[in-house]
Amino acid sequence: MIPASFDYRRAHDLDEATRWLGELGPEAKVLAGGHSLIPLMRLRLAQPSALVDIGRVPGLDTIRVDGDRLRIGALVRHAALARSEVVRRALPLLAEMAAEVGDQQVRARGTLGGVIAHADPAGDYPTLALMLDAEIVTTHGSHPARDFFQHLFTTPLQPDEVIREVTFPVAAGPHRYIKFRRRRCDWAIVGAAVQQSDGGWRLGLTNCGPTPMRARAAEAALAEGRTMAEAALQAAEGLTPPSDLRASSDYRRHLARVLTRRALEQAAA
Amino acid sequence: MAERVRLTINGVAREDLVEPRTLLVHYIREVAGLTGTHVGCDTSQCGACTVLVDGDAVKSCTAFAVQADGATITTIEGLARDGELHPLQQAFWDEHGLQCGYCTPGFIMASVKLLADTPEPSDDEIRIGLEGNLCRCTGYVNILKAVRTASRRMTEAGGAPTGGAAAGSAAARTAG
Repeated sequence: MIPASFDYRRAHDLDEATRWLGELGPEAKVLAGGHSLIPLMRLRLAQPSALVDIGRVPGLDTIRVDGDRLRIGALVRHAALARSEVVRRALPLLAEMAAEVGDQQVRARGTLGGVIAHADPAGDYPTLALMLDAEIVTTHGSHPARDFFQHLFTTPLQPDEVIREVTFPVAAGPHRYIKFRRRRCDWAIVGAAVQQSDGGWRLGLTNCGPTPMRARAAEAALAEGRTMAEAALQAAEGLTPPSDLRASSDYRRHLARVLTRRALEQAAA
Repeated sequence: MAERVRLTINGVAREDLVEPRTLLVHYIREVAGLTGTHVGCDTSQCGACTVLVDGDAVKSCTAFAVQADGATITTIEGLARDGELHPLQQAFWDEHGLQCGYCTPGFIMASVKLLADTPEPSDDEIRIGLEGNLCRCTGYVNILKAVRTASRRMTEAGGAPTGGAAAGSAAARTAG
C-alpha cells in the first residue's frame, strides 16, 4: 500500500533535526534506515505528519572502542556491524546478532539506532543492550538501557530527541545468541542471549514480554554455582510472555528455558 | 509538497519531482518507466523489488525515492551489455532458474551483490545470500545451480586463479 502523505525534511546535522522535530510536533518522526518505519507506514499503522531524515547526517556511522566501552553511532547499519573487525574483537556477540538480522537487503539498510528507538521486544539489539547495561546517548543526554525499554514500542525519547550512539561494555568472553524461528530471516519467536562478563553470566531474552528481559533468577543460580542445566530451568521465572499465532505464552516460557540452556552450553563449549 | 530527486539509473542521470511518500519501487516503475523491477508482497519480504543502490542490494519497496537522491541505481534492465546478457541472466536461462519469472529480477539483483561480495560462494553462502528473496515456482534448486554456474563463468572469464585450490573448489561446486 502507498503510505499516507507527509512532509519531508533532510537534516544536515542533529541540531537541525532536533529543531525541526520541535517545530513539527509529536506527530513528526525520525527517518534513518526506514526498515521499521516504512513497513508500518505502508500498512498505515503509522501515519506521521512529517519525517525528518537523518540518514545523511555525518559522523553517526562510526564504530570505536573508547576505554572499556564500544561506542556505535546510531546510523551504523546491520551489515557494517556484522563485518566490523572492531565489533568482532570488542563484542563479538553483537556482530553475530547483526549477521542474523533479517536478510541481506535488510542488513544493507537497517540501523542500530533505529532498532533501539523502535523498541520492538522482538528486536535483537535491545536484548543485548539491556543485559549488558548499554547506554543510549541522545541529543538530550543519556539513558541507561534498563530505563529505556519501558513497554511495547515505548521509550523515554522525547518527540525532538534523537539517538546519537549506543555504548556497550567491551565483552569478548564466551557468548551465544540463539533465535528460535520458523525460517532464517524471520523474527525470533523467542531468542536467548548469553554473555560471560567480569566472571559472571548475563542472560537476556527476546520476545518474552513487552520489553527485552533479563533472566535474573537464572543469572543468580549460575552465580551460586548451580549447573547450566539447573540454572536454565529458572530462565522463565517471573516472565509472562505474550501468546500469539506463533506461540502460546507457556510455549515461549518453555523455549526460554531450553534456548537458555543450549546457549549456555554452546557458549561454554 | 513535491521534492526534487536527482539520481542515476542504469547510467542515465535523471531529475524528477516526486511526492515524499513515493516508494523507490514506484518511482522506478512509474516515473522512470523501468518495469522489470517488480512488486511482489508489499511487506518487505519477497525481494522481487530488489535493486542495487550505490552497490547494495536493497528492497526498493522499503525506501522512499527521496532517500535515493544522489544515488546510483542499477535495475535488471541495466545488466545486459551491448545486447549480451549478464552472466547471471544467462545462467538463470541456461539452468532453468525460473518458471513464471516474476521473482527473477529480484533474485538476479540480489545475486549480483552476492557475487560481488563473494565471487565463489559455497552452496550455504548462496542460500544465505538469497534468503531475502522468495520464489513460489522453482523450489530454489535451479536458482542455486544458476548462481553456481554464473560464479564459475565469471571467475573463469575474470582470469581465474590457477592451481589445485581453485580447481578443487570448482570441482566441488560442479559436483555439489
